Amino acid sequence: MTIKRIIIATVLAGSLAAAAVPASAQEHQVAPPRLSWSFAGPFGKYDEAQLQRGFKIYKEVCSACHSIDMLAFRNLAEPGGPGYSEAQVAALASEYKIKDLNDKGEPIERAGRPADYFPSPFPNALAAAAANGVAPPDMSTLAKARTYQRGFPWFVFDIFSQYQEQGPDYIAALLKGYKEAPKGFTVPAGGHYNEYFPGHVTAMPQPLQDGQVTYDDGSPQTLEQYSKDVAAFLMWVAEPKLDARKRIGFQVMIFLIVFAGLLYFTKKKVWSSVH
Amino acid sequence: MSGHSTYQPQSKALQWLEKRLPIGGLIYDSFVAYPTPRNLNYLWTFGGILSFMLGVQIITGIVLAMHYTPHVDLAFKSVEGIMRDVNYGWLLRYLHANGASMFFLAVYIHMFRGIYYGSYKEPREVLWILGVIIYLLMMATGFMGYVLVWGQMSFWAATVITNLFSAIPGVGETIVTWLWGGYAVGNPTLNRFFSLHYLLPFVIAGVVVLHVWALHVVGQNNPAGIEPKSDKDTVPFTPYATIKDSFFIVVFMILYAWFVFYIPNYLGHADNYIPANPAVTPAEIVPEWYYLPFYAILRSIPDKLLGVIALFASILILAFLPWLDTSRVRSGRYRPLFKNFFWLWVIACIGLGWLGSKPPEGIYVILSRLFTLYYFGFFIVILPLLGIFERTKPVPNSISESVLGAKG
Repeated sequence: MTIKRIIIATVLAGSLAAAAVPASAQEHQVAPPRLSWSFAGPFGKYDEAQLQRGFKIYKEVCSACHSIDMLAFRNLAEPGGPGYSEAQVAALASEYKIKDLNDKGEPIERAGRPADYFPSPFPNALAAAAANGVAPPDMSTLAKARTYQRGFPWFVFDIFSQYQEQGPDYIAALLKGYKEAPKGFTVPAGGHYNEYFPGHVTAMPQPLQDGQVTYDDGSPQTLEQYSKDVAAFLMWVAEPKLDARKRIGFQVMIFLIVFAGLLYFTKKKVWSSVH
Repeated sequence: MSGHSTYQPQSKALQWLEKRLPIGGLIYDSFVAYPTPRNLNYLWTFGGILSFMLGVQIITGIVLAMHYTPHVDLAFKSVEGIMRDVNYGWLLRYLHANGASMFFLAVYIHMFRGIYYGSYKEPREVLWILGVIIYLLMMATGFMGYVLVWGQMSFWAATVITNLFSAIPGVGETIVTWLWGGYAVGNPTLNRFFSLHYLLPFVIAGVVVLHVWALHVVGQNNPAGIEPKSDKDTVPFTPYATIKDSFFIVVFMILYAWFVFYIPNYLGHADNYIPANPAVTPAEIVPEWYYLPFYAILRSIPDKLLGVIALFASILILAFLPWLDTSRVRSGRYRPLFKNFFWLWVIACIGLGWLGSKPPEGIYVILSRLFTLYYFGFFIVILPLLGIFERTKPVPNSISESVLGAKG
C-alpha cells in the first residue's frame, strides 16, 4: 500500500526531525515527578483529611503573602471539599477581621461570617509587590494555571490516561525544589534557586520546612507530606466541583454507552431490509 | 426537491395550516421523504453532528451569557463565579468550551470528507462555498469566545490577532485602532467581542439554513461520487438517515463527554487561568488548537504582510476548490494518485497544527515552510494537473451497482 508507506515514512521522518531538534532557546523547565493523587482518574475524589491538612498549611504559611480571593469561608463546608461543619466554618470566619461600613457609612472592622471571602494579606497589588519584590500570585486558580510541557507523544497518551494533575504535581515539586544553585549559575539578588521553577530563579524563598506545621491527625510532619497536602488543597480551590463532575461523568458515560448500543441495534434492524 | 410535495396531513388542523403555510410539507420533504444515497458511510453523519453541536453551543452560550459580565475588571471573576456559584455552571462552561473544540473537530472531519470524495464538484459549488463561509464565521466566533474569558491567553491572543491587521499598508494602524475601540485591547474590545460572539452563531445558523437548502436542491454526494439514477440508488431520509445519524451523534457525544467530565482543561491553555494582565507577556502565545495550522503558516513566512496574506489565502483558497480540481471523476476512491496526494495534504495540515504549537526556531521553521509549500502546492499545482495527467479507475454505473455489485 502506497498510502501506508507514505504515512510511515512521513511519521518516521517527523520523529527523526523531532529527535534532532536542538534544545529550545526558551527557558527549559524540568518535568516534576508524577505523584499519585486521590482525585486523579475517572473515580477520583478529594481526600477530606488531606484538604484539611492543606488548608492548615495555607492558613498558617501561604496566607501570609498569597491571597485566595475567590474562596469564601462557606466553601469549606460545601460538599466535595474539606468537609468542615457549618459551626466550624462560622467559628473560623469569626477569627478574621473583615473591612466593612457601619450603618452611618463609617469604615469599620467586624468579625468574619461564612459568606465572607478570605481577606487578602495586602491592601492591593502594589503593596504586595512593594513588600515582596513581585506580587505573589493569587491562589484561587493557581493549580490550574500552572503546568509543564508534556511533549510528544505523552500529550496524546494523556487523553486516554486522563492525566490532568500537571498543576498539583508542579506545585508539590516546586515546594521541594529549593537547592543550592549549580556551579556557574548566578542567582540574582532577591532570587532563590529552584529546580522546577521555569528559569530556576523564583522570588519566593523556601516557604515550608520539615516540622513547621503541626498536624492533628498523626500524618508525617515532613516537607514531602506538606507539599503534597497543600497542592491538593490548591487543586480543590481551583476546581471545587471536581467530585461532582467525575461522579456525574460516570453516570453520563453509562447512559450514553447504553443509548448508543440501543441505537446501533435499531439502526441495524432498520437497515436490514436495504443491505 | 422538485415538484409538488407528497405530504398529506392527517388531522383537520394540519390540513388547515398546510393550505395557508406549507411548513409541514417543507419539513416532511426535507427530513422524511428526502432521498439519500444508500451507500453513505459514517463520514456523512458529521453534518448532523455539526447541527447538534451548533445547537449545544447556542443553548449553553445563552445560559452562560446570563451569568457573564463583559467588563475587564469582572469578566474573569464572573467566569470563575459560573464555575463556583452557579448551579451546574461548571458543566455549562465546560460543555461550551469543549463544545467549541468538538465543533471544530467535527467540521474538520466534514471538510476532509468533502475534499476526499469531491463533494465540492459541479453541481455542489455553491453548497461548498456556503460551507467555507460557515467555517470562516466559526473561526471568528471561536476566537472572540476565547477572548471573553479574559485570562492571559485571551488577552494576548486578542492582541496578536487584531495586530495582524496592522500589516495592511497605509491604513493598517487605523484599522487596528478602530477594531480595538481604543489604543490597546481593552474594555471596548471586550464589549464588542461579547456582542459579536452572541450575534455570529445566529448568522451561522442562518447560513446553515442556506447550506441545507442548497444540499436539498443538489442532493448529497456519496462515496462512489456518482449521482443517483433510480429509486434503487436511494433510501428515504427517515428512518434510514435519521437512525444512522442519531446513532453516530450519540457515539460522538461519548467522546465529547470524555473531554467535558474527565479532561475538561486538556484542550485549553493553563495561562488562561491567570487573569489578563497587559503588563506581563506570557512566555509563549499560542492560539487554540483548531487555529494552529494557520498560525504555523503565518509564522513560516518571514514578512509580516505576506504572512498575513498567506494566512487568509490558506482559508480563502478553499472557496476556489471547485475550479482548482480539474478532474472529472468526483470520488477519491477512483483516483489512485489523488488519494496519495490527499493523505499527504492531511499529514501537512496535522503537521502544521503541531508546528503551530512549537516555538518558531530551527527545524520547526524549516518544516513549517515545507508543509506550507505543500499545503498551497496541493491546491495550486497538484489538483489542476492531476485532472489532466491522472489515469482514474473505472467508475461504477450506478450506486446500487457499487453497493451490491460485489455480492451478485
